[in-house]
Amino acid sequence: MSDTIALRLTAIDKRFGPVHANRGASLVVHAGEIHALVGENGAGKSTLMKILSGMMPVDSGTIEVGGRDVTGWTTADAIAAGVGMVHQHFMLVPTLTVAENVVLGREPVTGGRFDRARAEHDVKMLCEQSGLDVPPDRLVADLSVGEAQRVEILKLLYRGARTLLLDEPTAVLSPPEVAELWKVLRRLRDGGATVVLITHKLDEVMAVSENITVMRAGETVATMATRETSPEKIAKAMVGRDVDLAVRNDRPPATAAHGTAALEVRHLVVRGARIEKAVHDVSFSVAAGEILGIAGVEGNGQTELLEAIAGIRNVTSGTIVLGGQDITRRSVHTRGEAGLSHIPEDRHRRGLILDYSVAENLILGQQHRYTTSGLLDRDAIEQHARHCTIEYDIRPADPSLPARALSGGNQQKIVIAREMSRAFTVLLAAQPTRGVDVGAIEFIHAELRKARNNGKAVLLVSAELKEVLTLSDRIAVMYGGRLVAMFSRSEASEEVIGPFMTGAKRERVA
Amino acid sequence: MTTNARTRTLIEESVLPPLVALVVALVAGDLLIMAYGQSPGVVWRTLLEGTWGNSYGFGQVLYKATTLTCTGLAVAVGLRAGLFNIGAEGQLAAGGFGAGLAGLLLPGGTPAVIAIPVCVFAAVAAGGAVGSVPGILRARFGAHEVIVTIMLNFIVLALLNYLVSAKLHVPETLHTPEIHAGAVPRLSAAFAAFHGSAANWTIVIVLLAAALLWWFLFRTRAGYELRAVGLQPAAAEYAGIRGGRVWFNALVTSGALAGLGGINFVLGYKHYYEDGFTGGAGFLGIAVALIGRNNPVGVVFAALFFATLSQGGLAINAMVPKQIVEVLQGIVIIAVAAAVPEVRRLLRQSVSKRKPA
Repeated sequence: MSDTIALRLTAIDKRFGPVHANRGASLVVHAGEIHALVGENGAGKSTLMKILSGMMPVDSGTIEVGGRDVTGWTTADAIAAGVGMVHQHFMLVPTLTVAENVVLGREPVTGGRFDRARAEHDVKMLCEQSGLDVPPDRLVADLSVGEAQRVEILKLLYRGARTLLLDEPTAVLSPPEVAELWKVLRRLRDGGATVVLITHKLDEVMAVSENITVMRAGETVATMATRETSPEKIAKAMVGRDVDLAVRNDRPPATAAHGTAALEVRHLVVRGARIEKAVHDVSFSVAAGEILGIAGVEGNGQTELLEAIAGIRNVTSGTIVLGGQDITRRSVHTRGEAGLSHIPEDRHRRGLILDYSVAENLILGQQHRYTTSGLLDRDAIEQHARHCTIEYDIRPADPSLPARALSGGNQQKIVIAREMSRAFTVLLAAQPTRGVDVGAIEFIHAELRKARNNGKAVLLVSAELKEVLTLSDRIAVMYGGRLVAMFSRSEASEEVIGPFMTGAKRERVA
Repeated sequence: MTTNARTRTLIEESVLPPLVALVVALVAGDLLIMAYGQSPGVVWRTLLEGTWGNSYGFGQVLYKATTLTCTGLAVAVGLRAGLFNIGAEGQLAAGGFGAGLAGLLLPGGTPAVIAIPVCVFAAVAAGGAVGSVPGILRARFGAHEVIVTIMLNFIVLALLNYLVSAKLHVPETLHTPEIHAGAVPRLSAAFAAFHGSAANWTIVIVLLAAALLWWFLFRTRAGYELRAVGLQPAAAEYAGIRGGRVWFNALVTSGALAGLGGINFVLGYKHYYEDGFTGGAGFLGIAVALIGRNNPVGVVFAALFFATLSQGGLAINAMVPKQIVEVLQGIVIIAVAAAVPEVRRLLRQSVSKRKPA
């Protein structure tokens, strides 16, 4: 790390209507360092990076790159100056090869025609230099998520980027892929590149960064050297108060009704969007008073499995039994009445209606309970909303606000409040803490434990291995649509489970 | 977010785009009028005087706005459910025909308290029946309602044309004989000032329908579910709402509302069904819904606005071609379509510029 300043953002201000996304945020990144930008969801990290990469204009403030004032530049200017961003959602053409994707927009041309051989050669050289290992002639559609991400980075390097901005790059990766990414980033840094890493995972920050900037509520509240700080200090800066990060190894009370299978899935086969058997002959059961966690890299059938149990995806074959009742072909409504509660993985698409008020969202799926002879019972809805905003600490505590106006963590609290405050025996919790700040994670975990301790059966699916390990009484691993392993809590650890998640091991079939 | 900020957002989102569109249209209109060598001020004044300035013109505006409110509500309820009903023209015609047919079938001398509801019901049922076709096709087979409703317009209009010209017409005309019962009295019967204008008591029925639709959308469980399906179908599915049923109901309701508009001409004005009476009011309903932001209250105001332009076009015809108002209508529609996100962005930028860094 040199002392040259690569990036300097000063007093950045950005508003989206009533939302003040950046309030005078500042960021200094030195050339040749890996700099972590951390903060809870809605803290304004992504906005700051989008401003830096030229995707959005600032309302006020200045951006300097390499000592030059570039305020108001465009993405094209940014790329020309060697600043590029890897987005959470990949921007690749699946029907083109790796090499074609990398050179897209800057294709090598010989005699007026696309020179495929040269493109592949160039990309191969680039792969070797950077340590990013992807076969240039493969179709992007056939790549794993980790490989696709490498292609995104290659695209930037091909365009001569020396400053890489990565937005939550590990959200979709398995632990070995994460380790691989760190290797690549370190190698790039050692080659003189500057990396800004957006994340809210503290272990990542500690593992790979040199310096850390913490954002909270649109402001940059702290800058620290990784060597001199601790996860507790970072978490405190992120949330603005002390946070208990320790993994509590609690057990359910002995009185919990153990043993009765509240939810049972037998030989379930479910069709996916592109795959015939996204869920492939899966059988398991969840007992009352137990949390069964399903670990696995995203896209291995977890989504389809939960949607099938929830009743929003058709089952090809197999049976789903809820409290002794076969619900395989029942409607969502019937399942709900039979005691099924569901925290869906995508709150923006399924879990909430963003333009509905908090109060309206708090009855979604329960609207029939708040209706008298066809009319919405507005008093009951309001009362329920007031109760929930207090009980589940939804902020701001104004149920008439549209859900869109709340931060990610508070939006998730709406979903949690709704699904936990109703009568249920089985809870499906899909990615319950995705994109949620540290404080809210703590709260949501406590709620899941509380449900378990109250004798509910909880089926937890999470891409965060740590979360699954922390909460679950038993842990199943899903890979390629199948349950490839089942562990008791005492047997499970990241080291044991990791190889099953990547498909390197597949025995112990439950 | 404070109440203040929320009010501001509401204004930015719902009120400002139509107003900006109006200003843009006025400026464009100024240029067009000047191109004809006329003074914009004089032309606009004539337009206003010919519409809101005298009771006959105002009556005509009310008459035209009544039909447009119906077709606007029809399109709006579809859009609230996430469906684009282009078929209001055919549904409006079908409603008019239904009302006319009922009025013909009823014996002369049937008391109005029976005849009018029967005829109104016939109009609503006819429009709803036409709407049920795209409803079933969408709910059952996933057929896109835009294609179905466009095609259905041709079928319905051609069918009605055949029925009227081959079976029911008065010789030498393209309209049916006069209805025996079910006529809705004109406003001029109660308020002499409206004398000569086509405005009739249908407007009260239509305003009631608008109020009822508002109440349905925002106060009933079915309305909650309908809007949920329109806003986020995946979330509605998650909530156990059956999208197919909502789509079907929305398209039937949409057709019924458009059909209701048919009584304005048939029961309230001419007392017979005439081929081609719709004159594009069904299609203009799309613009009315758009400007009215799919809100029943907004639709009523948007209908008044378009009715004013349409009637005003006749008033200024001596100075400039009346087609100028059609150009204006087009500009308003384009401007609103463009203004929605644009206005807000511009506003934000100007606000932040005024603020010291």
